[in-house]
Amino acid sequence: MPHDHSSDDPHALLPPEPALRVKALETLLTRKGLIDPAALDEIIDTYENRIGPQNGALVVARAWSDAGFRAALLEDATAVVAELGFFGRQGEHMMAVENTPAQHNMVVCTLCSCYPWPLLGIPPGWYKSDAYRARAVREPRRVLADFGVELPAETAVRVWDSTAEMRYLVIPRRPEGTDGMDEEALMKLVTRDSMIGTGLARTP
Amino acid sequence: MTRVHDMGGRYGDGPVVPEEEGVLFHADWHPRAMAVTLAAGVLGQWNLDMSRHARERLAPQTYMRFSYYEKWMAALANLLVEQGVVTRGELSGETEPQRSPLAEKALKPAEVAAVLARGGAVDRPGGPAPVFAVGDAVMTRAPAENPQVRGGHTRLPAYAAGARGRILRLHGTHVLPDSNAHGKGEAPEPLYAVAFPASELWAHPEHPGDEVVLDLWQSYLRPAP
Repeated sequence: MPHDHSSDDPHALLPPEPALRVKALETLLTRKGLIDPAALDEIIDTYENRIGPQNGALVVARAWSDAGFRAALLEDATAVVAELGFFGRQGEHMMAVENTPAQHNMVVCTLCSCYPWPLLGIPPGWYKSDAYRARAVREPRRVLADFGVELPAETAVRVWDSTAEMRYLVIPRRPEGTDGMDEEALMKLVTRDSMIGTGLARTP
Repeated sequence: MTRVHDMGGRYGDGPVVPEEEGVLFHADWHPRAMAVTLAAGVLGQWNLDMSRHARERLAPQTYMRFSYYEKWMAALANLLVEQGVVTRGELSGETEPQRSPLAEKALKPAEVAAVLARGGAVDRPGGPAPVFAVGDAVMTRAPAENPQVRGGHTRLPAYAAGARGRILRLHGTHVLPDSNAHGKGEAPEPLYAVAFPASELWAHPEHPGDEVVLDLWQSYLRPAP
């Protein structure tokens, strides 16, 4: 397999306009019998409508309300979230990391865009951006400031760079004033960003 | 520095721009690009590490010019031709597409849910025994190059090469990307979460208590002196 490319790259044979490149590939693969467009519709529907941050929010809300669940989640997240039906592509190996007053966790993939799809869906644009990938490991606090988050000096930041197939779910701190709330109400406080570590849970 | 994709710690990229939750795609063709890539992967002609390497070995000018899903499309087109799944003539539209002998492997709509749910676990039983224990001090190899393949794929970022950290956790024995990306076998190795003080990685750490954790394979590490 060659390691370096030039204008002879096969991709240069596709039309220059991105939408046409995708269309050309889909049409070619369909005509060769390698792709069924109805299967593409099914994939898109899955990630647009069925898999998203609501899955992760349920896990976090349950961890906030159920000490046994929380302990099991921190011990073996893969097994625990699989029991809830959250498993599969880009979530084969899961780990939950918990924010505390002493430590704030934040997740990045500096090499590409690794992300826990079964729990959070497909990653947001900023997560895949050069700016986030470049900066999150070197200046997490300045990156947090871009999200309007300021941490106290007594809180250390631990940034997880997803260099392998482990996928990380941040359990944000449970907000004050939520003692009597049930799981469904708590879920509404859990944002996608709070489960990546670039945000905090909402206060009621 | 290995390749252009290895950008952790780079200066000059400007602010991170948050966006509303629920924004999944930024153009009509993005979901199609995502789905075509996933469906083509099901044909089994390359593995995850090969597809990552196909994206990161795009020419730097191309990598920087292309948006996220354009990189996916470019890497997919290259892989399809390199693996003999489509011809250059078919890709350019100069020759009539021929039905593929792989067509029977094409993903059917009814199989999508099961295929996505199955995923592709990379933990493997057996393999070499772990030589490090939680708390051990380790050094990463330097430079951050694939030791087997010149210019090849590795998952040790340049910013963490030659750095001293400590073992935080053993994740089990996982497929080694440096080998698997090049069709040289899965060569599973113990995989560790390794914590590095920010002050070990950066000249100007933001805070003395901050850390970066990377998941690193056993062959990336040696005992710290």
